[in-house]
Amino acid sequence: MSLSLAVFLILGLASVIFSLLMVFTKNPVHSVIFLILTFFSIAGQYVLLNAQFLAVVHIIVYAGAIMVLFLFVLMLLNLNSAAEPKQSARWKLGAAIAAGMLLVTLVGALKGGIQIAVPENTNPQVGLAQNLGRVLFTDFVVPFEIAGILFLAAMVGAVLLAKRDVKL
Amino acid sequence: MSTFFLFDAAMILEKSILVVVLFAITLTVAAYATFGERKIAAFIQDRVGPNRAGPFGLLQPLADGVKFFTKEDFMPNAAERWLYILAPGAFMFVACMTSAVIPWGTQLTLFGKPVDLQVTDLNIGLLYIMGFTSLGVYGIMIGGWASNNKYSLYGAIRASSQMISYELAMGLAIIAVVMLSGTLSLREMAEQQAGINWNIWYQPLGFLIFFTCALAECNRAPFDLAECETELIGGYHTEYSSMKLGFFLFAEYINMFIACAVIATVYFGGYNFPGLDPNWLGGLMGPVVMFAKTFFFIFVFMWIRWTLPRFRYDQLMRLGWKALIPLAILNMLLTGGGVLVFSN
Repeated sequence: MSLSLAVFLILGLASVIFSLLMVFTKNPVHSVIFLILTFFSIAGQYVLLNAQFLAVVHIIVYAGAIMVLFLFVLMLLNLNSAAEPKQSARWKLGAAIAAGMLLVTLVGALKGGIQIAVPENTNPQVGLAQNLGRVLFTDFVVPFEIAGILFLAAMVGAVLLAKRDVKL
Repeated sequence: MSTFFLFDAAMILEKSILVVVLFAITLTVAAYATFGERKIAAFIQDRVGPNRAGPFGLLQPLADGVKFFTKEDFMPNAAERWLYILAPGAFMFVACMTSAVIPWGTQLTLFGKPVDLQVTDLNIGLLYIMGFTSLGVYGIMIGGWASNNKYSLYGAIRASSQMISYELAMGLAIIAVVMLSGTLSLREMAEQQAGINWNIWYQPLGFLIFFTCALAECNRAPFDLAECETELIGGYHTEYSSMKLGFFLFAEYINMFIACAVIATVYFGGYNFPGLDPNWLGGLMGPVVMFAKTFFFIFVFMWIRWTLPRFRYDQLMRLGWKALIPLAILNMLLTGGGVLVFSN
């Protein structure tokens, strides 16, 4: 077994275990911490694929920014079992059916045994920042700019929501 | 899968030695930075400072360490046990990780083999540092929350919102340097600044923004609102004692050391100085110059701490969002214009 395969197995196992723990822990703050650990193991997978830029951006954006805000909100809410609103049985049944249907769809989609085609002549250096940037600004420049406009709109929307008393 | 894991035994040995040496240096510098801080504070306030332990008080960090270890390790009853223990360790771990990508000198030839004075030259080195700085906030947040004390929670919330706010301006200031040098690797960035061709001449505004943000990211005065003792007792580490408290305080000095090393590398040419000769003696002078620059900035950090009064929290936020971020964007636009005009 090569070293990279061993590292892959360890990281894969870690991401599965941490994501299961995230779902099954009762305490929301613990859930967030397990989610952060899941992100780390996924970032490790990116490094294995030689996509270091993607790995570090994944860490900066998800672990470094989004999860901090998650944790922030959870800490201020101070959720615990006493403060948790009681869910009625009908809601629980509805949620179970909806999640079950999602599960059936996913299993059905994966049952066919999707063969992920590995392209023959991919450049192993494609994940490096320079190559990624070049591709983004040439082949994919239109989607890239559209994503930028989307972000701008989201930012303006967030500012507007924060300033509720502004008259439009 | 990738060429990433093609190591050989000699390389593993070389890198392990480098990691251990770097760790030892980081911890020693951090320990003596606490001593240096007290001496500088004493000098600025016209006192003598610690002078009892050893000659000139030089054994003071050792005495502090012994004291921290022998104090009672108290844990509040209502604390979230595991997270309370995890937090100082996580904070310390993240602080120690960042030093891996900083180039401390040119290549040396030891025993007929070229040796890089850098643990690893990631092609995204600068982003790696930004990533780990953004993780630093977890130790503080988790520690402050797990203590189950309202002052700790206030401190943690202040620290995290401050760090998120100042990270933005810091990233924007860094982007201007990256545009200028066209690389994210710290080694390449240092090589481009050979002689006295340092980035500070091209990025004076960017440097000021980065420096201010580094002060805020390290939770140093005048931005140490997170542990503002007049309002919050001790902030996020109010409930910590013994070596757990020691870890929090110590990691702050490690962060400061790394921040100063990054400032020296990115803006002040790293190990470069006019007349650097990458042969034997010149190669050894590289790290000396690098450390001299780093220590100078640590001194400036301390000088600022004992000179300026603390900001108010709304002033801190206003400075971050309404002054530093627009200035950083302006700096980015100016740099972009400059690159466009001068590169053609």
